[in-house]
Amino acid sequence: MELSGGEIIVQCLRDEGVEHVFGYPGGAVLHIYDALFKQKELKHILVRHEQAAGHAADGYARATGKPGVVLVTSGPGATNVVTGVATAFMDSIPMVVLTGQVPTPVIGSDAFQEVDTVGITRPCVKHNFLVKRLEDLADTIKKAFYIATTGRPGPVVIDIPKDITDPGIKIPYHYPNKVKMRSYNPVVKGHLGQIKKAVKILMEAERPVFYTGGGVVLDDAAKPLTDLVDTLGFPITQTLMGLGAYPGSGKNFLGMLGMHGTYEANMAMHETDVLIAVGARFDDRVTGHVKQFCPDATIIHVDIDPSSISKNVRVDVPIVGPVKQVLKDMLKVVNEGDKKPKQQALKKWWKQIDKWRAMDCMKYDKKSELIKPQQAVEMLHKVTKGDAYVTSDVGQHQMFAAQFYRFDKPRRWINSGGLGTMGFGLPAAIGVQMAHPKADVAVVTGESSIQMCIQELATCLQYDLPIKIILLNNGYMGMVRQWQEFFYDSRYSQSGMSVTPDFVKLTESYGHIGMRVEKSEDLEGAMKEAFSHKDRLVFLDVVVDPSENVYPMIAAGKGHHEMYLSPGSELV
Amino acid sequence: MRHIISILMENESGALARVANLFTARGYNIESLTVAPTEDLSLSRMTLVTSGSDEIIEQITKQLNKLVDVVKLVDLTEGGHIEREMMLIKLRAERTQREEIKRLVDIFRGKIIDVTDTSYTVELTGAASKLNAFIEAVNEELIIEVVRTGPSGIGRGPKGLSL
Ligand SMILES: Cc1ncc(C[n+]2csc(CCOP(=O)(O)OP(=O)(O)O)c2C)c(N)n1
Ligand SMILES: [Mg+2]
Repeated sequence: MELSGGEIIVQCLRDEGVEHVFGYPGGAVLHIYDALFKQKELKHILVRHEQAAGHAADGYARATGKPGVVLVTSGPGATNVVTGVATAFMDSIPMVVLTGQVPTPVIGSDAFQEVDTVGITRPCVKHNFLVKRLEDLADTIKKAFYIATTGRPGPVVIDIPKDITDPGIKIPYHYPNKVKMRSYNPVVKGHLGQIKKAVKILMEAERPVFYTGGGVVLDDAAKPLTDLVDTLGFPITQTLMGLGAYPGSGKNFLGMLGMHGTYEANMAMHETDVLIAVGARFDDRVTGHVKQFCPDATIIHVDIDPSSISKNVRVDVPIVGPVKQVLKDMLKVVNEGDKKPKQQALKKWWKQIDKWRAMDCMKYDKKSELIKPQQAVEMLHKVTKGDAYVTSDVGQHQMFAAQFYRFDKPRRWINSGGLGTMGFGLPAAIGVQMAHPKADVAVVTGESSIQMCIQELATCLQYDLPIKIILLNNGYMGMVRQWQEFFYDSRYSQSGMSVTPDFVKLTESYGHIGMRVEKSEDLEGAMKEAFSHKDRLVFLDVVVDPSENVYPMIAAGKGHHEMYLSPGSELV
Repeated sequence: MRHIISILMENESGALARVANLFTARGYNIESLTVAPTEDLSLSRMTLVTSGSDEIIEQITKQLNKLVDVVKLVDLTEGGHIEREMMLIKLRAERTQREEIKRLVDIFRGKIIDVTDTSYTVELTGAASKLNAFIEAVNEELIIEVVRTGPSGIGRGPKGLSL
């Protein structure tokens, strides 16, 4: 079969099993769009801004585990997609991003819509390629998918000059079904000796705690994790990225840890004698002051990426390997060994934890007439029976969603944890709904964040995506306002966001249903109504208490035992 | 501590940029970096001199290994190794100084490779420390120009860094 470059790209994607491409056309990719036009299998979703193509593909990947695919033009198309690429990179999301480039003979001449895409994206991709010969195209695409999806996943950019896709030049097509790269060999199994060593330490532990992260979700390791935690009877805390791997309603779950983690989770981290970290990277929002991090603990760390180990915090027992395989092996060693966890000590430990739990650190005023954002998230949980896919933007609403939705399943909580990208939520939901057309998909967002990719409402209409947007409207960049309240004597510099469009009318003008709710007592009805529209997008503008803050809070650079628990409280 | 890291990498355009980028992006310091093709044209060999605490060096080697273009890497400082650097140094050499410089060059086993009425250009090879010692030994005012290649290194013994 002889194909042109444009046709090869389309055919490679189909052979790779890709069903959806998120993109936006332009000069440098017109040949590819023409090849897309001539086929039916590969579905293209036309976004309204390339940033959204990145986030939509990313959301698709997070919800399915399959790589998200993006196609954009050169120059501004490529620069617009960079935020999407960087967002995926920080959270290790598998993505393949095809960018058009000016024709090879004019590369470097400041040609129209030329940017050095490979150079610009280099620091925020797992790898990138510039295709210089048509003969390399299929191989490069195969390699890109391989690199994006194996080892520690991540986005891969392929920059494709226009002449490579010239419809007049055809070559025999062959899609390699395997790749071997001498320079890239991800680990496939953890070291058994290390695993046994770790299990021995776990059996001696008196105050153990699991600290697990996004790596568990990425490697689909929720089941072995849950089995191991329950078998051992240890407490577990999860990072913002790890939520849902161990069920949020599970009895051993202490809640999220870190800057806005629960009192019990952070105290357990502070007091633990054996910490087992799995697929987590000791991010500064999690560790707080590293000098005060888990001061008494022997630390076991399971991660696919050796460079994550001992990067921020010294680790005693490193285990490099895929999380799922290692957890399975660990469970096997536990089950086949004759040692049991120290029951007496564990009992004492749980007693201590229950004392911390009794502080009820996430309490909020449930009698308030103004709707509390926490209450809105809890209502969302109730109305969707805890079974929705929830994407979010960045800010207080994101933390409230993470704290109060209690995710019971992995891949349900979809947010930009590492880069913290406002504008992520709505386009990510597009990808999620595309992958799961029948599922409830909700965007929990803020009035500031939603405006960063609001144009995607049109995309939702074009593809009949019945997403539910739950806007926690506090009239502020709430998270910024909170920091200014705490650390800048309430000087609210540029954080007010009272000037917004009428979101109800705006949504209606995009062809969707807009609703607004202002009183606590009307919340449940409104939320139910919103979700009763099975095949329509509903934008629910929830007016919430503008003064509410996210608690508990560890100030940046403080230790886990130093938390603000409620308004006006001293550090505990 | 100072470390010499030897890297075999795919001879792809952009591979060098990835390494350089890594160092600036993560704030590691590079003292010197040399790169050239090897007998296998698909590979290039890089020698990189850096310094930092054990933790930083551990991160540097891990991050380098993580680069998709890096095929193999060894921290030469961990074992016996030989280090060589070449320097071209142009010195002001007038009547009275000529003898003195010549003697110094001989002591350091260098070669004078270009001569004018008023200058010598000296070629000197050795460990970086030897080149430093030479620079210190000559009168600072006589130095017109110094060009150094940066060290390359190789492990001692019969084993080589290969695929
Ligand atoms: C693109 C981008 N710009 C700026 C920020 C910094 N930032 C973090 S949270 C936040 C405020 C978000 O406000 P809103 O969306 O209304 O959410 P709220 O905190 O009020 O719930 C800002 C500006 C960011 N995370 N992303
Ligand atoms: Mg807000």
